[in-house]
Amino acid sequence: MMASAADERSLWVLFRGQLRRDLKLAFGQPSELANPLAFFVVVITLFPLGVSPEPGVLAGMAPGVLWIAALLATLLGLEALFRRDRDDGTLEQMVLRAQPLYLPVVARMLAHWTVTGLPLTLLAPLLGGMLNLAPEARLPLMLGLALGTPVLVLLGGVGAALTVGLRAGGVLLALLVLPLFVPVLILGVSAAELASSGLPPSGPLLWLAAGASFAITTVPFAIAAALRIGVEVG
Amino acid sequence: MSHAVLDIVGLRCERDDRELFADFDLRLAAAEAMQLRGPNGAGKTTLLRCIAGMHPEYEGSIRLLGAPVSGERLLFVGHRPGISGLLSAADNLRWHLDLAGWRGAGTVVSAALDRVGLCGYDEVPCQQLSAGQQRRVALARLALPTAEVPLWLLDEPFTALDDAGLELISGLMAERLAGDGAILFTTHQPAPELPGLGTRWIGAAA
Repeated sequence: MMASAADERSLWVLFRGQLRRDLKLAFGQPSELANPLAFFVVVITLFPLGVSPEPGVLAGMAPGVLWIAALLATLLGLEALFRRDRDDGTLEQMVLRAQPLYLPVVARMLAHWTVTGLPLTLLAPLLGGMLNLAPEARLPLMLGLALGTPVLVLLGGVGAALTVGLRAGGVLLALLVLPLFVPVLILGVSAAELASSGLPPSGPLLWLAAGASFAITTVPFAIAAALRIGVEVG
Repeated sequence: MSHAVLDIVGLRCERDDRELFADFDLRLAAAEAMQLRGPNGAGKTTLLRCIAGMHPEYEGSIRLLGAPVSGERLLFVGHRPGISGLLSAADNLRWHLDLAGWRGAGTVVSAALDRVGLCGYDEVPCQQLSAGQQRRVALARLALPTAEVPLWLLDEPFTALDDAGLELISGLMAERLAGDGAILFTTHQPAPELPGLGTRWIGAAA
């Protein structure tokens, strides 16, 4: 019994150590941190300018625009997810040494979500106001993003891990993961649209919650497996 | 009968459709060190990566203490330093301890940095250090308590090091050998004086 308690502490050390390292790395480069957020804001400000400043038109397309911009902003941050770690050899050390690899992978994805998905979620209602999003749709939009962005980050993580050994993996990464993002997009947008037409948005939100729990528990295994292959490639 | 630390039998390995090894055997007992020599491209790095389990395309058997190789029982220092340039030396070493699930006091980090002569550089981001100093940070992992594993695989550990650094690292290697570890390393420089050191040629000279 003592041994298993000690093992658990080791696992915690492994998880916490990776999380601490990745957050330090992320906050050590404020510009990289700000890029996806700036992209998100800029893309959304382009819509009233480019499509129509008409409040009615904007309100109609607001959920879709916000979600697509969030999706692309997430994609933007993905390419660098494992690239630098691979180049400096820390990735191969992680794959070699961490037992099990699942835990540092979860920590890595959590750290990445904290600096991408979370700020996007918090910014969205503000930008929604700019697009004349119905006030009652703000909370469902945020909830949808809070549940959906972890799924996007995790699915994207699989793509990033698979393309980590490639020199120009960026386009391939987008082609790999964008189709996988579609269900999340549909559910997220429909939650916000239902709410803005006065209907309960709980259906799509519950689906997103189910998807998020499934993704959080299973997808890190796929990322870990893909990283092993990526390290073997060279 | 006790197992050799490292036992390679009948290794055959290809890289980019070129055969690097055929029928390659290597045995390394506790407290033994072996220097791999050979021309560039002979497959020294590939051999180390095969042993570490990071080059899956080989035939033959590689066993560590009589069991399949597992990452927690060896320490691999490759060409890529395993050190993140944006983090400080102390943060990097702390992460290496965490990876191995080490739960002791953090003072071992500064002790290891002292050991490789980087006292006072703990909090400087590694990318601001010189190449030799960065190499020392990577090699400071050898002075951490998590380095007390049966096998060390060191790929060109002495590159970019000055004479004092070379002496430091050979000191660490000698200590590991005294602690019944085994070391397999590559270098083009003359090997340092180590007890139980053998040399193995790969490629052209064989």
